[in-house]
Amino acid sequence: MKISRRTALQGTAGALALGMSGFDWDFTKANAQAPNVKRGGVLNFAISAEAPHYDPAGSDTYATLHFAAPFYSTLLRFNLSKFPAVENDLATSYTVAPDLMTYTFKLTPNVKFHDGTALTSADVKATYDRMRNPPAGVVSTRQATFADIGSIETPDPLTVVFKMKAVNASMLEHFASPWNVIYSAKDLAENAAGPRTKINGTGPFIFVEHVKGSHVAGKKNDAYFKKGFPYLDGFKGIFTLQAAAMLNAVQGGQVLGEFRGISPAERDRLVQTMGDKIRIEESSWTLNLLVCFNVDKKPFDDVRVRRALLMAIDRWGGSVGLSKISTLRSVGGVIRPGSPFATPEAELVKLPGFSKDIKKSREEAKKLLKEAGHENLKFTLWNRNLAMPYTPAGIFLVDQWRQIGVEVEHKQSDTGAYLATMNAGNHDVAIDFSNLFMDDSSLGLAKYLSIGRSPENRSRSKDEMLDKLYDDHLRERDPEKRKTMIRAFEKRVFEQGYQQPLLWWHRIVPTHKTLMGWKMSPSHNLGQQLEDVWMNV
Amino acid sequence: MLRYSINRILLMIPTLLGVAVLVFFLLRIVPGDIVEIKLRGDGGTVTQETIELERKRLGLDRPLINQFGTWMIDMAKLDFGNSMWTERPVVTEIAGRLELSLQVAIMATIIAVLLAIPMGTAAALFRGTWIDYTVRLVTIGGLSIPSFWFGMIIMLTLLSLFNWLPPITFTPIYVDPVANLTQLIWPALAVGYRYCAVVARMIRSSLLEVMNEDYIRTARAKGVYEKLVVSRHALRNALLPAITVIGLEFTFLIGGLVVTEQVFNLNGIGQLFVQSVSRNDFTLIQGMVMLIAAFYVFVNLAIDLLYAVFDPRIRYNS
Repeated sequence: MKISRRTALQGTAGALALGMSGFDWDFTKANAQAPNVKRGGVLNFAISAEAPHYDPAGSDTYATLHFAAPFYSTLLRFNLSKFPAVENDLATSYTVAPDLMTYTFKLTPNVKFHDGTALTSADVKATYDRMRNPPAGVVSTRQATFADIGSIETPDPLTVVFKMKAVNASMLEHFASPWNVIYSAKDLAENAAGPRTKINGTGPFIFVEHVKGSHVAGKKNDAYFKKGFPYLDGFKGIFTLQAAAMLNAVQGGQVLGEFRGISPAERDRLVQTMGDKIRIEESSWTLNLLVCFNVDKKPFDDVRVRRALLMAIDRWGGSVGLSKISTLRSVGGVIRPGSPFATPEAELVKLPGFSKDIKKSREEAKKLLKEAGHENLKFTLWNRNLAMPYTPAGIFLVDQWRQIGVEVEHKQSDTGAYLATMNAGNHDVAIDFSNLFMDDSSLGLAKYLSIGRSPENRSRSKDEMLDKLYDDHLRERDPEKRKTMIRAFEKRVFEQGYQQPLLWWHRIVPTHKTLMGWKMSPSHNLGQQLEDVWMNV
Repeated sequence: MLRYSINRILLMIPTLLGVAVLVFFLLRIVPGDIVEIKLRGDGGTVTQETIELERKRLGLDRPLINQFGTWMIDMAKLDFGNSMWTERPVVTEIAGRLELSLQVAIMATIIAVLLAIPMGTAAALFRGTWIDYTVRLVTIGGLSIPSFWFGMIIMLTLLSLFNWLPPITFTPIYVDPVANLTQLIWPALAVGYRYCAVVARMIRSSLLEVMNEDYIRTARAKGVYEKLVVSRHALRNALLPAITVIGLEFTFLIGGLVVTEQVFNLNGIGQLFVQSVSRNDFTLIQGMVMLIAAFYVFVNLAIDLLYAVFDPRIRYNS
């Protein structure tokens, strides 16, 4: 009988609702491998962007994860066969106190970092301390996520205890976040910013080289703590910055896949040219593009202007057209459409900006602009210069706003400059993005919190009502009550119109049929450790 | 000749100094801040204190004139500093890509010269015949078709006819010559075609002009074989303007193949240039501009010296 290595730890949301006291699961019991697995070989895959640095804890781009994930481990991780259930990674078992104020993890014994030193609870503590209280010179993109942790204790080398300051019903999922890779305490003590430029993890592959502008390579970690893994001898992640080069490489067999996602047109080309040699997997995506108004700038400090501009957008019509040419597809609110907490379409259409009667909506938009004294509004739309899907989204918006007499200059720039401009608040209106690794509302809603609490809120809005609604929902353990709070939060966000999802993405991943074991999920940030990937050649 | 060469080499110093001043101060005028992009570009919570600390660490808080002075002194010691983005030495960053770019440029030059000289000569000697028309057609095609598009056609042709593509990661020629040439011959062909067209047209027009010169008529009147007239008297002179074009094109290829590099997924200087400009990586941009400026200056010197070889009337020591 096949025993799945990924023996499931069931989804925490349901378990928490039942007053879960914890799971106790021994990974080694489930270490049986899939039958007929072929070992060996070096997997070449495409990464369509180069990691700016090697530190996932200080990053928000998949490029860093696709680069670094195979070298590292996390405490828990998502079970992609039963997404969004979580399972152990470095932890061999864990317990959650009934009041959700204490999380205790038992670590797998005899885990070694690639430099040969043993992993202990001190490494976990140092890693999480660095994320929640980054020392000077260290960037942590996870600081807000772990603000609810009060203290971290290490009663023995294989036990780590997280004591919370406040309940966070999503905490377990955060411990499974792919960004929270465990570093060596010794390395961090030597140089807290070291992970940006040096890799020393406990993952299935050992770092071999990063040839800047070309590729990252890893080799099998023979001392990996999950016996029998990884299957591959090594991997090479090749940077293919141009989509055509990536498609050629997939078609020509130089790479066996690209794990972020391609457009429908690119999918069609591969299917047409490769026939049954290519495997296409599709899923909705925990990623959306947002229309974001800088409320610090006039006239976007006026809610009437913001609402008018949002009401002029025909999302329903746009989704039909844009889904044919880009990775944009679904109309949705602040939570991914189709996921458990998402707002149903019948409710969504009642919210500002989501009406299906676009003619009426645009008439109302024109009235609002007139009332606000901005009938002949002109502004610059700041956008990222990535062809897919930012460019079509920008062109679409310019056209939508033209239809209510608004003139927009579409300005696209490189990712670094684009983000720096928005983060510094130098934009008027921007196409922003929300890149999540799971559907949990604690992540999805965080972007809309006041700027002081959420640096990724590029509308720079301050709204105490939203902050309170968020905090209340975070402490709420009843899923139904939580859902109601999310609806109230969403209504407030859309009525104020600080920022609003344009469309949600649709993920299309091409892999050669010889590539086995890689699992599709709604997030391109997950499943990149590659330990159970193999090649059927 | 030796004295001339030494003078020219000494003249490089003020030229490169001028380039250094221009690139350093122009870069500081361009809006954008590498520290903001580096630390805030990822969406993390970064305090102003951290930003200032990083700025200080990179020396960006110092007065511009001090920064410039330090850079010049370091350059005089052949220390180009570290990339502000990757923290690795600029020389290391550039060297990794220069090998590839230089090889593509050399291979493209060889392809271009080997094809352009016979094509241009034949077109001139058989002016108005089908040979001339064919060469003109081929060269106009080379001038009209962008190299990157030709590169895409090459790749798609390889894919559709042979279901094969060259390797997409670089292997140095001294490690595996076959893998190296298998990868780089295609981009060299793509850019070599345009390069060949430019040179062939230059040779054709130059040769047509030279063939009407008095000394050609004199050589013919003396009974010199036509082949010798062409190869020894005409072509040698006709090559002079072509040499200038070859030199300038060669230098352009070092850093100017951004899109072609993307098509073939080459990790060359062009890509590095774009990347460093988008990140405002001052030290790396400065290093690359200085490298390309030095290439131009050296190639120009080489062209001038070659003039003397091809044209006996030119004597630099006179």
